[in-house]
Amino acid sequence: MTATPLLVGRDLHRTFGATPALAGASIAVRPAEIVAVMGPSGSGKSTLLHCLAGILRPDAGQVRYGEVDLSAAADATRSALRRTEFGFVFQFGQLVPELTCVENVALPLRLAGTRRRPAERTAREWLERLEAAEVAGKRPGEVSGGQGQRVAVARALVTEPRVVFADEPTGALDSYHGEQVMRLLTEAARRTGASVVLVTHEPRVAAYADREVIVRDGRTRDVELVG
Amino acid sequence: MCIVTVMSIGLTLLGLLEPGPRHGYDLKRAYDEHFGQDHPLHYGQVYATLSRLLKNGLVELEAVEPGAGPDRKRYAITDAGVTDLDGWLGRPEQPEPYLSSTLYTKVVLALLSGRPAAEILDTQRTAHLALMRTLTRRKAAGDLADQLVCDHALFHLEADLRWLELTTARLDALAQEVVR
Ligand SMILES: Nc1ncnc2c1ncn2[C@@H]1O[C@H](COP(=O)(O)OP(=O)(O)O)[C@@H](O)[C@H]1O
Ligand SMILES: [Mg+2]
Repeated sequence: MTATPLLVGRDLHRTFGATPALAGASIAVRPAEIVAVMGPSGSGKSTLLHCLAGILRPDAGQVRYGEVDLSAAADATRSALRRTEFGFVFQFGQLVPELTCVENVALPLRLAGTRRRPAERTAREWLERLEAAEVAGKRPGEVSGGQGQRVAVARALVTEPRVVFADEPTGALDSYHGEQVMRLLTEAARRTGASVVLVTHEPRVAAYADREVIVRDGRTRDVELVG
Repeated sequence: MCIVTVMSIGLTLLGLLEPGPRHGYDLKRAYDEHFGQDHPLHYGQVYATLSRLLKNGLVELEAVEPGAGPDRKRYAITDAGVTDLDGWLGRPEQPEPYLSSTLYTKVVLALLSGRPAAEILDTQRTAHLALMRTLTRRKAAGDLADQLVCDHALFHLEADLRWLELTTARLDALAQEVVR
């Protein structure tokens, strides 16, 4: 593992009011690498993910994505990156309830300017890869939790992002369906060569990653930052 | 991973004989296929176990085919063998409480001697997670039987990790109690 990291967070700090959510967190993610961010609840995992993805700005420290200083970049640059280079999977509530599942998966392509037919054709292929072809025409409210998460993974991957950010993607699922989502998510990421930042407090979920970074009280330990 | 303990090899062979008589080598093959995983049975083990079962009246020789050598014998389960098998399958296994753990001992010794106990826990966590990754990769390549065997190990390792997490969170309190 000597490749130059694609995404680096360096000594990140972030407080919410009086709460220090991050107090010196560092992480480096290489291309096509799957890294689990682990730690107890409230330790700062989600805040770290939000800083890395350019959703939140750290109070101090730096986030570098490729050549871009994400922590200093203009809002427009950050949101453009999120749309074109990043994919997101959260615990729940991320699908648009009024759209069918295939329309949900096609949405990122539509927003990027792809016409409806080709966008939905690609979306269907992704639903098939995620073993969720049967829910294409249903609305999110009509599918099970596991199916919904597989649709969400398809939507995160449909633009073939360089980095997928997944925050407790199996948090609302039982172990059987959680494992299924993890197997399909990691298979898909390995196929497209995407890096994955996987936030989880569950060891069996983290075991799908290549390695883990532990966050405790907003800090990470012994992280060597190459590059 | 050895999934059948030495104690239960005899009972496992009885279970494999219940559907019908088998030769020793055939029995070994069936055993290895279902339970052997990384630890196939030795022929010596099979025949030693069978002769013990024979002596105890739990199996009998069905027929001795012409020729020489142990493989000519076919073993069949007896009524007493079925009773033993029935009893074993119906009895719950003793839940293993793991009340004395080497790791706990190490943590206490570290606290007593002023060594960094948190590092012991961290090192263990890293080792556990590494094994869990190996098993998860093996699961991806394996059939359903292999997956279930790996899952059993994964759930146990996860339980250890929960204990590590809880102990890490309570280390200061433990130190106060231990170092008095
Ligand atoms: N938007 C917010 N406003 C106020 N406090 C927050 C906010 N987000 C996170 N926090 C606090 O920051 C700490 C870290 O939160 P978080 O990053 O969500 O942890 P984790 O994901 O590990 O559970 C917690 O104490 C949490 O309450
Ligand atoms: Mg969180």
